[in-house]
Amino acid sequence: MRLATPHMGSLYDLLADLFSRMGVDYHDTPRTTERTVNLGVKYSPEFACLPLKITVGNFVEALETGADTLLMIGGIGPCRFGYYAEIQKRVLKEAGYGFDFITLEPPKVGWINFISTIKQMAPGCSVYSIYRHIRDCFRKAQVLDMLEKKWLELAAYDETPGDTTKAYAAAQEIVKRVTRPEELADAQHDAFSIMDGVRRDHDRKPLRIGIIGEFYLLLEPFFKFDIEPWLIKRGVSVDRGVYLTDWIGPTTKNPVAGMSAGEIEIAADPYLKHTVGGDGLASIGHAVHYAKEGFDGIVHLLPFTCMPDTIAKALLVNVSEDYGIPVLSMIVDEQTGKAGVHTRLEAFLDLMANRRRSWTRT
Amino acid sequence: MDAYLGVDVGSVSTNLVVIDEDERVVCSLYRRTKGQPIKAVQDGLRELGGILDEPVEIKGAGTTGSARTLSGVICGADIVKNEITAHAIGAVHYDPEVKTILEIGGQDSKIILLRDGIVVDFAMNTVCAAGTGSFLDHQAARLGIPIEEFGDYALESSKGAQIAGRCTVFAESDMIHKQQVGYLVEDIIYGLCQALVRNYLNNLAKGKRIETPIVFQGGVAANAGIRRAFEESLEKEVRVPEHYGVMGAIGAAVLAKETVDDGRPTNFSGFEVADRDFKTSSFHCGGCSNNCEVIKIELEGDLLARWGGRCGKWELEEHPTVSLRGATPASATKQTM
Repeated sequence: MRLATPHMGSLYDLLADLFSRMGVDYHDTPRTTERTVNLGVKYSPEFACLPLKITVGNFVEALETGADTLLMIGGIGPCRFGYYAEIQKRVLKEAGYGFDFITLEPPKVGWINFISTIKQMAPGCSVYSIYRHIRDCFRKAQVLDMLEKKWLELAAYDETPGDTTKAYAAAQEIVKRVTRPEELADAQHDAFSIMDGVRRDHDRKPLRIGIIGEFYLLLEPFFKFDIEPWLIKRGVSVDRGVYLTDWIGPTTKNPVAGMSAGEIEIAADPYLKHTVGGDGLASIGHAVHYAKEGFDGIVHLLPFTCMPDTIAKALLVNVSEDYGIPVLSMIVDEQTGKAGVHTRLEAFLDLMANRRRSWTRT
Repeated sequence: MDAYLGVDVGSVSTNLVVIDEDERVVCSLYRRTKGQPIKAVQDGLRELGGILDEPVEIKGAGTTGSARTLSGVICGADIVKNEITAHAIGAVHYDPEVKTILEIGGQDSKIILLRDGIVVDFAMNTVCAAGTGSFLDHQAARLGIPIEEFGDYALESSKGAQIAGRCTVFAESDMIHKQQVGYLVEDIIYGLCQALVRNYLNNLAKGKRIETPIVFQGGVAANAGIRRAFEESLEKEVRVPEHYGVMGAIGAAVLAKETVDDGRPTNFSGFEVADRDFKTSSFHCGGCSNNCEVIKIELEGDLLARWGGRCGKWELEEHPTVSLRGATPASATKQTM
């Protein structure tokens, strides 16, 4: 069995880590490129959302390069994501590929089912060791997420621009090297010391932007159009509503993004009182949070035809009006070009900078 | 006379504007890009040099539009600005009180909301180009009506035909159907204008408060039928400025003037740049799996600029502005946010 999963940013690192600990033969699926997009678009239904198309493209490239078993995460709830696995299976069968397909339903559907699916992939592991490996890998990924959050927030304060970005790369290396759980605390300490060692000017008042929206776009660098480094280069302090480990474990106690599911619900309540699938509710909750925290603006990314975040997009108009915070919603599909995204962001930065200037004048 | 140059190179048109010290438009030029932005800028500069009545000294230059970076390198721009901000500044220049800008160009459309001369919100079409200038061009050609007269036909109509404007392909088949069942051509044209306005308002203006003064600009503002449809649909006055087609270039010129306000010398390459030999080429990086296409632009063998990679390793930190005017210091072209 040679197991492959689709790509979603650093998810690969987490799974590669987990599977190597469990002794699963894990396939290095080629990273998402223009070719992946073209393959995905070719085989997927026209009106499916972008993440489905791209993950189909990932699977095609995985099968081309020698994988024979495909692993996809299932899901429940009103978002189409929960049905991806079924569609992928059919689309690829119709395209003439032969493969085994494993759908990993989230623990929410049932722990026993979850563990037994993993056991099917790693028959040599005991249930306890599976649990332990998942816990250890998850903790490690959480540290990496915390480092990313810190990088996004603090790079704008560098006395020498670029220092935090360099420190972040070094800090990531330290944590990624960890293979034994007892090493993690020390690595975490060293990594954060490196991040904290950068000389910063905390009197600076950089523009602050919160990025919210659909998780795949927020986590997969190919479709984020490098907006985070782009913003950092322009001296903007960034925060993001979705991090990998928050998405995998929505009920974890200390979410990296800083808001628990309950806090999100409370923040979103005046605008949306129930879940609408995907990240619809989270987008609203985070937007309200950023507005209250005095951020200068919110960037909202959503795939074309994404139902939950289309609902959020409509409601964000009200959040924007009530709190006087500008919101830039950008709909992304396979046609979206980087230049167009950067043009809008440039104008958005002008807008926020001018608003600040007008406040200080009055 | 001291003057400032603004250049707006878009997908369809290339516009050049010269303003004087008092920000009055001295002359303006609107020509088609025809897919060759460098040639369009060079031809534009040559033509501009020819039609200026008195000798002007360009003290500052600004570029905007989708080819702003490229044209910025060619012109030696002091400021390179996105078209959303440039259009807003152009409109404020026309009417400092403006609260809503409706802008429809060749392939994009945007709405910009301002309060007290400051942009507070904007939207630009993303996944759909229905209702932009290119589509109107196409329909005018299909009906055998010069695009310049398209709007006048619409004004003749007493009641527009119902046209589905959600998608240009369906709009076209709907128009053909209406022709075949015998609708008047002016009613069909006005119906199309109404459909496009409906589409614009539904796509871009959803949830946005459109307050007067409203300024309608961009190439499509030439079409009196669209303006009429906007006014009827919004039930508000919609004004079209005299220089509606070159508002982005005016904005770029005003920004250039502000940029060199501190007395710095301009990077402007001079009108002679029209006769220099620029070459663009591209290659695939191959450094990683992204395999980015990198564009480079050269002036007679000297590398001027390079861009296009995701990681930025090919980008030149400073554009070595090749001095075309002898004494001009070759400082870096400033790409501001």
